[in-house]
Amino acid sequence: MDRLTILIIIPVLTVLALIFSTKRKSYRVIAAIGMSIQTLYSIYLLLEYLSIRQAGNTSEMVFTRSIIWFKPWNIRYEIGVDGIAVAMILLTSIVTVSGVFVSWRIKDLPKEFFVSLLVLATGVFGFFISLDLFTMFLFYELAVIPMYLLIGIWGSGPREYAAMKLTLMLMGASALLLVGILGLYMHSPLIEGQHTFSIQAIAHSPMALSDQLFFFPFVFIGFGVLGALFPFHTWSPDGHASAPTAVSMLHAGVLMKMGGYGVFRVALYLMPEAAHEMSWFFLILAGGSIMYGAFGALRQTDLKYINAYSSVSHLALVLFALLMMDAVSWTGSVLQMISHGLITALFFALIGMIYERTHTRDVTKMGGLMKVIPFIAMMYVMVGMASLGLPGMSGFAAELTIFVGAFQHSGVLERVFTVIAVLSIVVTAVYILRVVGKMLMGPIKTESFYHMDKARWYEKTAAILLLACILGIGIFPNWLYKLIRESVEPMIKLIQ
Amino acid sequence: MNWSYTIWIPLLPLLSFVINGLFYGRMPKKMSGWLGTSALGISTLLSWVTAWKYFFNTPHQGPYEDITAWHTTWMHLTDRFTIDLGIYLDPISIMMLIVVTTVSFLVHLYSIGYMATEEGRNRYFAWLGLFSFSMLGLVLAPNLIQTYMFWELVGVSSFLLIGYYYDKPSAVKAALKAFIVTRFADGFFLIGILLYSYYSGSFLFEDINNIPAILESNGSLPVFMGLSALTWGLLLIFIGGAGKSAMFPLHIWLPDAMEGPTPVSALIHAATMVVAGVYLVARLFPAFHASDHGFALQIVAIVGTFSSLFAAIIAMTQMDIKRVLAFSTMSQIGYMMTGLGVSGIGEEGLGYTASMFHLFTHAAFKALLFLGAGALIHAVHSNSLKDMGSLRKYMPISHITFLIACLAISGIPPFAGFFSKDLILEAAFEKNKLIYAVGWITAGLTAFYMFRIYFMAFWGEDKVYAHKPHDPGITMTLPLIVLAIASALAGWLPFNEWVTSNHETLHTHFNIGSAAASVAIGLVGIIIAYILYKNPSMTPQKMSNRLGVVYQTVKNKFYVDEFYEGVTQQVILKRIATPIAWFDRHIVDGTMNLIGNTTVRISSIIKGIQSGDFQVYAFGILIAVIGLLVWLNYFIQ
Repeated sequence: MDRLTILIIIPVLTVLALIFSTKRKSYRVIAAIGMSIQTLYSIYLLLEYLSIRQAGNTSEMVFTRSIIWFKPWNIRYEIGVDGIAVAMILLTSIVTVSGVFVSWRIKDLPKEFFVSLLVLATGVFGFFISLDLFTMFLFYELAVIPMYLLIGIWGSGPREYAAMKLTLMLMGASALLLVGILGLYMHSPLIEGQHTFSIQAIAHSPMALSDQLFFFPFVFIGFGVLGALFPFHTWSPDGHASAPTAVSMLHAGVLMKMGGYGVFRVALYLMPEAAHEMSWFFLILAGGSIMYGAFGALRQTDLKYINAYSSVSHLALVLFALLMMDAVSWTGSVLQMISHGLITALFFALIGMIYERTHTRDVTKMGGLMKVIPFIAMMYVMVGMASLGLPGMSGFAAELTIFVGAFQHSGVLERVFTVIAVLSIVVTAVYILRVVGKMLMGPIKTESFYHMDKARWYEKTAAILLLACILGIGIFPNWLYKLIRESVEPMIKLIQ
Repeated sequence: MNWSYTIWIPLLPLLSFVINGLFYGRMPKKMSGWLGTSALGISTLLSWVTAWKYFFNTPHQGPYEDITAWHTTWMHLTDRFTIDLGIYLDPISIMMLIVVTTVSFLVHLYSIGYMATEEGRNRYFAWLGLFSFSMLGLVLAPNLIQTYMFWELVGVSSFLLIGYYYDKPSAVKAALKAFIVTRFADGFFLIGILLYSYYSGSFLFEDINNIPAILESNGSLPVFMGLSALTWGLLLIFIGGAGKSAMFPLHIWLPDAMEGPTPVSALIHAATMVVAGVYLVARLFPAFHASDHGFALQIVAIVGTFSSLFAAIIAMTQMDIKRVLAFSTMSQIGYMMTGLGVSGIGEEGLGYTASMFHLFTHAAFKALLFLGAGALIHAVHSNSLKDMGSLRKYMPISHITFLIACLAISGIPPFAGFFSKDLILEAAFEKNKLIYAVGWITAGLTAFYMFRIYFMAFWGEDKVYAHKPHDPGITMTLPLIVLAIASALAGWLPFNEWVTSNHETLHTHFNIGSAAASVAIGLVGIIIAYILYKNPSMTPQKMSNRLGVVYQTVKNKFYVDEFYEGVTQQVILKRIATPIAWFDRHIVDGTMNLIGNTTVRISSIIKGIQSGDFQVYAFGILIAVIGLLVWLNYFIQ
């Protein structure tokens, strides 16, 4: 068994164990054990990766393997990772394991819930290790479909509407994506008389500019929808608002990162010339929605809506940095994906905990939570600080990298949007602190709020795990920066 | 010589923060306070040792050297932009070390008594440790990014400490205001850093201050509105400094910040954090001085001078003792900015030395004033001057120490403020007569408003007190006494030998005329205050009534807060954020829903199926994809 396939095997085995298990109490334990093993394995993978690099392996992808599984179209199970994928895998496993802990007390259909959650995770892991466009696409679909069930069954509020909207928009995006991918396939170099879906092969002999110009928007928008690109972001606030806690965490923390990752690995890497040509248009969209999302968050009163808009703003920063097409910005962009993944997962976890106790997500109806649930409140303050880019937290390291990278472009358009992006941190501070001030500080508004359960051990585990990662990256960002940077470098060289 | 031990100076407060923070719920009573105090005690000791070693025990010829005592790579962005964390020692950073650790230590000690009955004192001492760590990291920074990082961290500690009484809505509002206003300024600060470093190619102060080298490596710099890009960078950086240092028009957060516990006001909002802007300009002084013939420096001088007068006028009308002190702080920081603004380099660097000197003495007497005010508030349980009177009878130690501080800030010799303020005025006199005149008048106003609160609190009529006021315990009086000694004597320190713009001794001469003029206006201020407030009378009331609108305008702080309130509520929230939220929900999302609904309607017409079935939609998508594929196949061939 090769190293990367184990990443898929572990969740699949966990799912099987869940299916055959009959004790209600054991479901969550099985899920937690499975995902903890996955997390440890991801750490092991990181160390293995580092030691291979240390030993002088400079090939773009390592741990590669390629098995053909659909001969007529030359579709392969081609896998391999570089530093970026390793980092994303680590993020995914950490967010997933926290998600399992947060769902410890799920009441309805726990078995089905954890099965869907883990199927979703399997899709994400598969997505990040795939080097074959078609396989990648299949894994992507594998991740999106459980989402519909998770929101539709375990969600709250207008969950059918939200689930439908989310799924339809993502399916629509998939359609665009499929067009793009098939386009890439049909223009790919011929190897032994056959076209290929292999990312590496296509990257080394990209198609002609005119074809790139045709297919680039399909892929960019296709992945962009998932990454909440304006104006295709509206599924995200509704989807988050209705989704159960763990699903919001996984969705915002990991699934939306697949959008950024796809833009990066497929759209920009495989069609660099078109990216250069058309970047101005998408730069306006992404750069604009940094501020747009921030101002959108300013007027919301539902905690989940606030964070959904905040995600729009922060993920627009990811796309913005990607469009800068230089090594520092790209590295910053990947850092931002990881940082935002952790931060937003923690945000949604805490929102879930608060909602469970107050039965409302409306900030104007809450107040003084610091007094009754100090642990959760303090965690919320900390993650808020991380989100507004406080130094010492991961958000700052990522944003600073992006700003420094983006500021090296002296074109007027780039300058203007870089300045806008920097100033967005002011608005971010406003909407974060508004929540902190209204919800956590001030007098307690409702009599029933005086009696609330303190945070439980599984809630603390999830929150502390995520916060430790946020702080760890924030205080010592250099190893992660180096890990990503060394993989970005050859990509940038190739496309310039 | 080995300086690497200096890493412990910031690390010890950090340790205090971490321990107090982690064991927040399980700490025995009083332990957190003593833990923080001893950590800061050791840091203070190390700082004084460092200063002694640096100024007296290091053999050097010519100027004092800059020493990088310790550094590590935080992020290696590119070979050009490497971000280091480090400890940078030079005369001003060592001076700030002394100021920050000493005041912080005294404030920790004082807080043990002041916060003795507070429930959340573990949290309080944790934040205090965080603040001390961040402030030390800020003053020791060898590059702009580290400065910015710790700059943000002091902002957060300030936010947390202002909001210490978090169930009080006014404190919450003040904390948010402080954070957001300074954050707004910091946005420009960061752009300034990015812009400047784009041309300097480095974040290190030694590269940033080396303007000739930057000009050489860039050929010609872009010019915008007559100013070079570097000057724009510096102006943006100065906005950050003005935000932190509460310069007009970014000062609105400082008076409200008085909602925090009083020792916090002494430490953060008087002695250390608010002078960070001054320190920043001093750090970048060579760049400010050289770029476009010191244009940015002139802006610094104008902003500083205006702020000092503006704040002094408001301070005369406030009834909350802490707010008077807050405006006084703003006014005194204005002096420091003025000092830097009028300064040259080398033998003309009087303003620079004077400014740093004033920063130093101000830290002593303003911390003393706040801690003294804290003692009064502790005794009478009110911030308002209306509730105080004749307190000299009950609180002799507080009385004497407060008086010394008032004399010091009013510029009466031989107290510390006289020397430093007089030097600033002297420097201004040589550069610009108008700035001098404003500074001179402000000195008179300062003496007046300080003695106004002095007479109102310690003289005047005896009030009815619920408990008989008395001097606080030893942990609170000791810091008062130490700071009183410093306020009385610090003026005699030979700052011109230690802290100068080029690290060489500056030759100063005592200007008797200027000194006499400053003392004279100070005395006039004191005498007027004496006449009006020594004995209870209706005269002040009558005078303010006669001034009518003018008085009301001043008392309401020239309605600057209302202006901001209007801009944020009416323009940003109502005219920008609300329309965006509406647009998003109704136009963008509406379009998406419309597409969805139309699809459903059309499909129901075509197929006659009335269903919201997910499978049907998925099937539709599949059909569409296949259709596209077929079409593409033709398109490609």
